[in-house]
Amino acid sequence: MLLTERMEAMLQLKQIYKVFNEGTPDEKIALNNVDLTLNKGDFVTIIGSNGAGKSTLMNIISGVLIPDEGSVHINGNNVTELPEYNRSRYIGRVFQDPMAGTSPSMTIEENLAIAYSRNKKRTFHRGVTKKRREFFRESLETLHLGLENRLNAKVGLLSGGERQALSLLMATFTEPEILLLDEHTAALDPSRAELITNLTKEIVERLNLTTLMVTHNMKQAIELGNRLIMMDKGQIILEVNEEEKKQLTVEKLLAEFQRIRGEQMASDRAVLS
Amino acid sequence: MFTAIFGSIESGIIYAIMALGVYLSFRILDFPDLTVDGSFVTGAATAATLIVAGVNPFFATIAALIVGFIAGAITGLLHTVGKINPLLSGILMMIALYSINLRIMGRSNVPLLNEETIMTKVRDFWSSLGIDSMLNNMLLAMGFEGTLPRTWGILIVMLIITILFKLFTDWLLQTEIGLAIRATGDNKRMIRSFSANTSWFIILGLGLSNAMVAFSGALIAQYGSFADIGMGIGMIIIGLASVIIGEAIFGTKTLARATLAVIGGAIIYRIVVSLALRVQFLETGDVKLITASIVILALILPQIIRNQKVKKQKEKKRQERLSAVDRKDGGHAAVKTDI
Repeated sequence: MLLTERMEAMLQLKQIYKVFNEGTPDEKIALNNVDLTLNKGDFVTIIGSNGAGKSTLMNIISGVLIPDEGSVHINGNNVTELPEYNRSRYIGRVFQDPMAGTSPSMTIEENLAIAYSRNKKRTFHRGVTKKRREFFRESLETLHLGLENRLNAKVGLLSGGERQALSLLMATFTEPEILLLDEHTAALDPSRAELITNLTKEIVERLNLTTLMVTHNMKQAIELGNRLIMMDKGQIILEVNEEEKKQLTVEKLLAEFQRIRGEQMASDRAVLS
Repeated sequence: MFTAIFGSIESGIIYAIMALGVYLSFRILDFPDLTVDGSFVTGAATAATLIVAGVNPFFATIAALIVGFIAGAITGLLHTVGKINPLLSGILMMIALYSINLRIMGRSNVPLLNEETIMTKVRDFWSSLGIDSMLNNMLLAMGFEGTLPRTWGILIVMLIITILFKLFTDWLLQTEIGLAIRATGDNKRMIRSFSANTSWFIILGLGLSNAMVAFSGALIAQYGSFADIGMGIGMIIIGLASVIIGEAIFGTKTLARATLAVIGGAIIYRIVVSLALRVQFLETGDVKLITASIVILALILPQIIRNQKVKKQKEKKRQERLSAVDRKDGGHAAVKTDI
């Protein structure tokens, strides 16, 4: 019983296929039969070069895009056709652009109130109540940025790092079934990026969130999470499990990448010759 | 002079409800909604036709509010479901409403001169209170000379109604649904990622906005004792002028402040227009030109002021650099003469 609970699949992608500009010279197969399963509490990092299909994968999970073939399951429910605004009940998301995850002309507490309603029905009750304000304050304290004293400040006035930290909090504090992080530290300077990386680690561990993180930073991909996958040309070309990941270094990863690429090139050559 | 200003304050207060509607679509939803030109008349036409048919003026005005909501919601549907560009959705609805308004009225003008309207009811009620003579005596005691207003009732009752609409807007925009409407205008991508259907909030927001516009139209028709097919022309620009003037003068620090600013802007706009019309060579028909000029000025002036500031700063920096170079040169020359 305990075992089945632990191994419960939170996110399942089955045979996902997505092609852009089909039938034109620009046709591009973005995802080619991708299978991926995340169990509850899994923290998977995704690396891959530009155009590997990482962002398309994120967009298909979040419902921004609908796959041409295949299905998406969250906690056992088939959500393949569910529109983004319905699906985001289950999904917390942090974007690469620090401006994307918050509403600049609204205050910190109003932004938090919007995020707080993510998995509830929105009503004509006040968004920021006394009780909620207390909860928001406590949640903001976990960021250690002093934002708890600036509840009425407009978010547009915050720095990129502060906004991204707030986005991270907004995406997570309602404990979504799945957390999607799309290169969420890429647009920040190194010290801010480190702060957000540490916060991510702390929050995901504390709330035991099932997380999928795209990153360009191999070191970050190795340090964070319990599993790692590498994508290339719309396919998952490498899966590193929990045991293997503990031994992983950037050098090993690069070598592995070269090896797979080399094999592919060799087979391409074989086909062409 | 006093009568003219008093009149423009009265009508300004009624137009302020329309301006609040425009604020909701233009500023909050970031949706340039031209439906306003049509829905203002729809409100007036609905109320006037019902009143002439013998319906209680209060119900007639509420009916105008509901019809306005429907008109706005249809514009929202055109944009969200029909995927039509916001400006075009509004224009299409505006044109469609022109015919609908003619259908409602049956002709291009419905007079309300001998009908019982909200305004006549307010006047009757007010004169029974006897506050008018009190206020007028106060004015006289303060040394006021000129024509005294016929009644203060309309001014005060309309002000109360407008403030109720303001308070409603303030309250609405703080609710969970209101926060989602605001975020829809601010960052659609973000609010979708927090399980909000932006289409629904656009439809709701435009519905509420046009409900206010139509309500204002219904009151204006009763205030002026007629509904006319042409009374909505340029209404969107008047609303926009009120919003911009109000924001510039009263500021937008908080929501409550911003909505108050819109009301203030609407009143000031009316006063400016009535003063402008007192200039000899301007005629009543020039009102639209004056309005357009006010909006153009309000849009361009801030840019010019900003550019001037930047120029001044650059000039200052340049002078500083030049004087620094001068000092260096001076020092150099001094050294030379020393040699």
